[in-house]
Amino acid sequence: MNKESNIYTVLFAGAMVIVVGSILAYLASALSAKIKENERFEKQQNILYAMGVNQNEDEGSVDFVPTDRVEQEFSSFITEQLVIEGDKITQNDQAYLINIKKELDLIKDGKTPKLPVFIGEKDGETFYIVPMYGKGLWDAIWGFMALDKNMTVQGVYFDHKAETPGLGANIKQRYFMDDFKGETILNGSQYAGIKVAKGNNDPVNNIKDDNEVDALAGATITGNGVSEMISKTVRLYKDYFESLRNKG
Amino acid sequence: MALLTKKDTKLILDPLADNNPITIQVLGICSALAITAELNASIVMAVSVLFVLGLGNVVISLMRNIIPSKIRIIVQLVVVAALVIIVDQVLKAFAYELSKTLAVFVGLIITNCIIMGRFEAFALGNGVWRSFLDGIGNAAGYGIILIIVGFFRELLGSGTLLGIPVLGNPIDKTGLYSIGYENNGFMLLSPMALIVVGILIWIQRSRNKALIEEN
Repeated sequence: MNKESNIYTVLFAGAMVIVVGSILAYLASALSAKIKENERFEKQQNILYAMGVNQNEDEGSVDFVPTDRVEQEFSSFITEQLVIEGDKITQNDQAYLINIKKELDLIKDGKTPKLPVFIGEKDGETFYIVPMYGKGLWDAIWGFMALDKNMTVQGVYFDHKAETPGLGANIKQRYFMDDFKGETILNGSQYAGIKVAKGNNDPVNNIKDDNEVDALAGATITGNGVSEMISKTVRLYKDYFESLRNKG
Repeated sequence: MALLTKKDTKLILDPLADNNPITIQVLGICSALAITAELNASIVMAVSVLFVLGLGNVVISLMRNIIPSKIRIIVQLVVVAALVIIVDQVLKAFAYELSKTLAVFVGLIITNCIIMGRFEAFALGNGVWRSFLDGIGNAAGYGIILIIVGFFRELLGSGTLLGIPVLGNPIDKTGLYSIGYENNGFMLLSPMALIVVGILIWIQRSRNKALIEEN
């Protein structure tokens, strides 16, 4: 058959699509259970990391609870998983599986989102851990933030899909995440968020009540994305924390 | 018979220096600019491209006699994209941590001009074994430049290598920083990758005058 004829070309293209398509489809369905499990473990690891349950050893390490122990540790440290839907607060053991991106999209459509909160206990301290989701320079960024009743940060975990290695990708480095510890979300009783600020003359973040942390060099847009993410998603929990404080 | 003939060795060694994909052919510059701010990322990218280009060249070379020339570019694109996705999925299932590190590079590998360039220029016209060697050689030539650029950018930009501080602590002013040395933040930005590559090209051509093009 003539290799340059139109019929051959169309047949070849069709066959190629079928072959490649079947290989990829087979692979995706064969591996999906394992991949889902990995993603579940990762969420649990991230939530625990935000409340300081991790395997960090030296100064720069970001090490999670290993996957073979994570489910057990998650159930022992996380005492409650709540879902806030409007004024209704319900318990739900699967709350950590809520896709926060989808819930945030609901807000855009004017609907009421389901917002998860994880309550952790460690060394007599209570951690209220909330998810975050936003946009960096190239793609999604997300994370978890552990707060106390007064919305003071006890720990954060950030992650990203495709930020530039060496620049924006450094939001998941210890020196950046640790800067958030002790920062306040509120300014007095007003919601202020935490701004990733350039040139705030506080590179090691000694001033904790300025609602600012030092930005990463060369990662302005990712940093702005982090500020925006905190301002948008953590704000949704403002009323919940207020009700916690009122309860005393 | 030796495993590698003289011609075969040339296929591997040429792209390392005198026919380097980056400094001589000026291919694959985009990814060289994007990910060389850290040595670690450079190494990951070099290994990924080595794998994809080696395997992709083999697949294209196997198919070279049945690919219709009208749609050969699309076929090449499908082959490289499928390879990258397969690797990505398998890693996600069995080496999740590693797959997260690589996620950023997936898009950059698919669009890497070196990969398409070698498919088009070599694998479509040569046997499987030689195409494999050509792929390995070119990916290694690309990788070497990436690692050199990554080394200088991380060292001068952040004062670290593979994330480990080597020049002291810039905040506590220890080591080299105690005598007034400062990290050059400009090194972390993409334009400096271009300048470092430019300096490499300059050094290489001044040592080997045969590489200088006549105007």
